[in-house]
Amino acid sequence: MSTSTGSLTELKRPLAERLGAALRWETGLAVVVILIFGIGSAASPDFLTGNNLFNLGLSNGEIAIMTLPMTLIVISGEIDLSVASILGMSSALLGYLWARGWPMPAIFVVIAVVGIAAGAVNGLLVTRLRLPSLAVTIGTLALYRGVATILLGPNTVSNFPTAYTNLGVNAVPFTGNDITYSTLIFIVLAIIFGVVLHATPLGRSIYAMGASQEAAQFAGIRVKRIKTILFMISGFICSLAGVLWTFRLSTAVQNNGLGLELSVVAIVLLAGVSIFGGKGSLIGVVLAVLAFAGIQNALLLTNFNQEATGIVTGGLLLASVFLPTVLGPAVGRWLRRLSHT
Amino acid sequence: MRAVIAPRRQQRQDSGAGSVRLAERVSRIRESGILAVLIVFVAVTTLVKHRFLDTSNIQFVLVDTTVFALLALGETMVVISRNVDLSVGSVVGLSAYLSTDLFAQHPGIPIPVVFLAGLGIGLACGLANGIMVAAGRVPSLVVTLATLYIIRGIDILIVGGSEVDASSLPNAFLDIPKDTIGGIPDIAIAVAVVIAIGAYYLRTYRSGRDLYAIGSNPEAARLAGLPVGRRVFTAFAVSGAIAGVAGVLWGAQYGTINSTAGTGYELQVVSAVVVGGVAIFGGSGSVTGAALGALLLSTISSALYVLGISPFWDQAIWGFLLLLAIALDQTITARLTAALRKNARSRQ
Repeated sequence: MSTSTGSLTELKRPLAERLGAALRWETGLAVVVILIFGIGSAASPDFLTGNNLFNLGLSNGEIAIMTLPMTLIVISGEIDLSVASILGMSSALLGYLWARGWPMPAIFVVIAVVGIAAGAVNGLLVTRLRLPSLAVTIGTLALYRGVATILLGPNTVSNFPTAYTNLGVNAVPFTGNDITYSTLIFIVLAIIFGVVLHATPLGRSIYAMGASQEAAQFAGIRVKRIKTILFMISGFICSLAGVLWTFRLSTAVQNNGLGLELSVVAIVLLAGVSIFGGKGSLIGVVLAVLAFAGIQNALLLTNFNQEATGIVTGGLLLASVFLPTVLGPAVGRWLRRLSHT
Repeated sequence: MRAVIAPRRQQRQDSGAGSVRLAERVSRIRESGILAVLIVFVAVTTLVKHRFLDTSNIQFVLVDTTVFALLALGETMVVISRNVDLSVGSVVGLSAYLSTDLFAQHPGIPIPVVFLAGLGIGLACGLANGIMVAAGRVPSLVVTLATLYIIRGIDILIVGGSEVDASSLPNAFLDIPKDTIGGIPDIAIAVAVVIAIGAYYLRTYRSGRDLYAIGSNPEAARLAGLPVGRRVFTAFAVSGAIAGVAGVLWGAQYGTINSTAGTGYELQVVSAVVVGGVAIFGGSGSVTGAALGALLLSTISSALYVLGISPFWDQAIWGFLLLLAIALDQTITARLTAALRKNARSRQ
C-alpha cells in the first residue's frame, strides 16, 4: 500500500541505509531471542537446562520444520494454508494403514507420495488455473483435513511399535541427550533450505518471482514450474512432520495439528518475510523459530496459562510489522548521520 | 471480476454503460448459480429422505445459518475492499462469553443491553483492526492473524477453565433462536433484513461503491480522491461490530460458552464468502451471494446428516466445493474480461 512517492524515495535512499534496513531486522530479532532466553533463565533456573531445551525442541519440532518450505513459498509471493491439514492427513494415513497391518516402510512411501501429491494439487491449481493461493489453500485446508477425518472418523490408533514411537520422544544417540530427532531434522533442513535460498540461482529466482512475477517470467525464469515444485516440497515436508507428530504423541487422530498453519505463518512473518513476497531470509526464520519456542517455553515455566500464549505470539507479530515502520525512519536518520561524519 | 467499477465513474463515458450491464448480469448469474446448486441439493436430498423438508429441519438449518450469514456480511465488506478479517472467530468467542456472563453477574439485566454489550465488544475489536490496517498501512492478513491470537488469548485469560452454562441464562434469551413467526424463525427474518440493508447499502451508497473501487485498484482509488483509509477503517469496524452481535446470538444458540467458542470460524466464514462469489482479492461480489454461500454450506451439513452420511465427510465436501467455486469464478472472470475488452474496442 505504498504510495508512488514512497517507492520513489525508496529508490533514492543511500546504499548504507538500504544495507542497514536489510540487516536491521535479523539483528533486532537476535536481540529479542537473547532477551527471551536471558529473561527466561533469570525467571526460572530450569530454563537453560539440557532437559528443558530438549523439551523445547520436542514440542516445537514439527512447527519449526514446516516453517522452512513456507518461507520459500511466501518469498515466492504465494502462501500455503494447508500445511497443518497435510500434517493431519499424513498422521491419519499412518494410523489407518498401520491398523490394517501394513508394514511401516510401505506406509512411509505411501505417506510421502500422498504428501507430494497434495502439494502438487495446490501448486497446479495456483499456477495452471491461476487461482489465488490464499483461496486455494483454504479450500485444500478443508479438503485434506476432511480426508483425514474420513480415514479415521472418531477412531484413535495408538498401538505403534515402540521402536518407532521412541524416535518421537528419544534423543538422537551421541548428542548428550539434548537433541531430538525433529530438532536434528530441522537443523539439517534449515542448512539445505538456507543454501538453496541464498546461494543458488534457484534461490535468486524465488526472490525474483516474489518481487515481480511478470518480470521474472520475462527474464526466462520458469515461474510456474518452480512454484509447483515449492508446493510439492511443502507437501512432502508436512507429511514428514505428520509422521514425527504421530510418533511423538504415539497417537493418530483426525485432528492432529489442527490450526497449526496460523502458527507457522506467524513465525514466518515474525521473521521479517514480506507477505507480498520477494523479501526475507532463512536466518531470520531460524531466529523467529527460536523466539517463538523460547516464549512458549518460558511462559510454560512461569505458570502462565499455556493456552493464552497466543497473546504473546500475536503481540510479537504486530510488533514485527509496526516496529519497522515506526523505528525504520529513525534508524535511517541515524545511519545517514553516521555515514556523513 | 475486477472489471466492476463504481457506476458513477462509468456513466461519464458512454462506452462503459454496456460494460456495467454485462458485469451486473454476470454477478446476477453467479448468484443464481449458487441458488441453482442449493435447489438441486435440497431436491435430491428431499427425494431420498422426505423429512429433509420438515418444518423443524428447515427451521434448524435457518437458525444454523444466521450467525454464519451475519459474519459473512461483515467479511464481505472487508474482502470487497481487498482486505481480509481473520479475527472474527475470536471476536465471536470473546463477545459470546463476556456478554452472556452479564446475565450471571447482573441478574435481571435486559436482553437488549446484552446485545449492545456484544456490539460494543465487537466494535472495539473492529476499531483496533481498522486503525492498524488503515492508519498503520499494514497488510490486513498480518494484522488480523495477530489479533486472532491476541483476542483469543484475552478470552482464555478471562474465561480460564470456567464457562457460562444454560442454567444461568434467562429463558427469554435462550428462546431467541426458537421463536418463530408463521413457522419462520424470528432470528432468520431479522438477519435477512440486516443482510438486505447491507446489500442495498453496498449497491447504492457512494461509500459502499467506494469499497468496490478500492478493492478493484487501491492505488487508482487513492489517486481518484477516494478516502481509502477511512472506508477500509469503517469496513473493519462494521465487521467487528457484526461479529460482536453474532457472538451474542452464538451464546443464545448454544447455551454453553467456554473459551473455545467460535474457534476456527474465520476460515468457514471466508469460505462462505468465497463460495458466494466474492473475489478473494476484492472488487467484486455481493452480500446476497455471500449469505447464499453461508446458507449453502449449512444446508450441505444438514443434508449429509439427514442422508445418514457420516458428518466426517462434511469438511472434505466443503473444501471441494470451495475449490470448485473459485475455479468457476476464475473462468467467468476470464470470459468477462475478454467480453469487456471486445465491448470497449468495438465502441472506439
